Amino acid sequence: MDWFPLWLSLKVAVLSTAVAVVVGLWLAYLLANRQFRGKEILDAAVTLPLVLPPTVLGYYLLVVIGRNSGFGKAWEWVTGAPLVFTWKAAVIAAVLHSLPLLVKSARAALESVDHSYERAARTLGATEWRVFQKVTLPLAARSILAATVLAFARALGDFGVTIMVAGNIPGRTQTVAVAIYDAVEGGDGATARTLVLVISAIALSILALANYLNPPAAGRRAG
Amino acid sequence: MIEARIRKSYPQRSDAAGFELDVELKAAAGVTVLFGPSGAGKTLTLDAIAGFVRPDEGRILLDDAILFDGATGVHLPPQQRQCGYVFQNYALFPHMTLRQNLEFAAERRPRLERHRRVNDLIEKFRLADVAGRRPHEVSGGQKQRCSIARALVGAPRILLLDEPAQGLDAPLKADFYQVLKQVRSDFATPIVLVTHDLEECFALGDQMIVVRSGSVVQAGTPQQILDKPASIETAKLLGAHNLIPCEIRGLDPGRNTSKLRVGDFDVTGPYLPGHLIGDRVSLCVRPEALSAKPRNGKPGANQIPAELQKVQERPQFLRLDFSAGDAVGMLTVELPRREYEAFGGSDVREWVIEFPRQAMSVL
Repeated sequence: MDWFPLWLSLKVAVLSTAVAVVVGLWLAYLLANRQFRGKEILDAAVTLPLVLPPTVLGYYLLVVIGRNSGFGKAWEWVTGAPLVFTWKAAVIAAVLHSLPLLVKSARAALESVDHSYERAARTLGATEWRVFQKVTLPLAARSILAATVLAFARALGDFGVTIMVAGNIPGRTQTVAVAIYDAVEGGDGATARTLVLVISAIALSILALANYLNPPAAGRRAG
Repeated sequence: MIEARIRKSYPQRSDAAGFELDVELKAAAGVTVLFGPSGAGKTLTLDAIAGFVRPDEGRILLDDAILFDGATGVHLPPQQRQCGYVFQNYALFPHMTLRQNLEFAAERRPRLERHRRVNDLIEKFRLADVAGRRPHEVSGGQKQRCSIARALVGAPRILLLDEPAQGLDAPLKADFYQVLKQVRSDFATPIVLVTHDLEECFALGDQMIVVRSGSVVQAGTPQQILDKPASIETAKLLGAHNLIPCEIRGLDPGRNTSKLRVGDFDVTGPYLPGHLIGDRVSLCVRPEALSAKPRNGKPGANQIPAELQKVQERPQFLRLDFSAGDAVGMLTVELPRREYEAFGGSDVREWVIEFPRQAMSVL
């Protein structure tokens, strides 16, 4: 039994979640607090990956990071190796896959913080960054953590985008989702069953953790 | 000293009625009370001063600083306005202890001074025992004191309070009045307080500004306003007056009197400059200024007969509701309990109500 896919999936999920949290929080903050032109378009663009078929996302991603794209060439020039069909491409795929969920939940969490706390902090002279860091974020922390956990689960389960941009190279880019597909195609029922059970167990625990952090009956206010 | 002229309009939408705020106010040292019913625009005015809301036009001056000027586009962010704000729900940060709440507010002050300032205020506002607790672990009164202390940490140039005593019970209210009076004498900060509680206006207000549907209808000391409401609306807002329809029958500038027809009776009132004979006006008298006694034959001068309808017990007096015929309507009189009992109390059916000339005003 080869456990590499599981290990790779976890690594990809951890790294992509880290990236998604930083980018997602920033986007969520912009959407929750700022008024600017094109806000609705940004909101729609962030949500798009939730509704588009994974193959479409994969195609876009190939256009952006492929070996013939500007970004792909720049990457190759700097690092000496192409980006597509490596585990790093799988990380980018997972970020794209999990970001919408994170932005949506983080925005809701930030917006659920009673505005009078933020207003109070402002009258006390705190800069916007300080208000966010010391008041908004701690008060929304639980919900954001729950959103992060969900984003991790989603990153763990990506199949379509990953197979388009990272491929299916056993021992290099084969994540659990891809490995299961591969095993079923190849008639290896035992491997498929094991991976299915393991990944289901992980997902179930993650969802339980998310629910514990942020009870679904969200009548409760943060703090 | 704050001087503000604020205009802001909210267009009518399918989910909200339109609203027009157009107020002009001035508040010097001491406590200025913004009084008015819910939805009058009191909190909106406060928010415009604090910088949460940008007025459409106008000008807000705090001491020598321009906080907002519609003509030149100046609109300072709340951080730069030096306005202390006490929120209706206190808005103490729930994830910090009371001390941390004050320390958060002290971050702008010089490093060496912070600790002493925070300690001073904790001491002054009697929070030493609970300074290490979170807001949800302390009483309502402590929360309120802490939120006032927090607003004062940065030595603001003005202190704004939004319905601070709402929902407090009587002893806590008394305690709050005490605290605010102390703030008023210990700190030179002018205070602007929003309330719809008349009792609070009298307990705290040096100045009172009556706001109704987005505009200022009267300003003055609370006593002046209660004695002479500027309009029927103000009198109704104060909720403490008899408003009796009457007709002016005579005006005598020589004796400084007027003759007013109240129902089927004549009452001598104060001279009414600017009115004409035949004008229909409302006579405005406070319940404690009227007196009632059992009817004894024909009603005398300035007396009209009435029937007692209802007696309400109050701590210091009785509140008696009389009906004085269709043309006059109901009259409310406040009478000391002992006086009422000496008259024979509820055994007396027929009464007369006496109108003292000095206490009447006409709207």
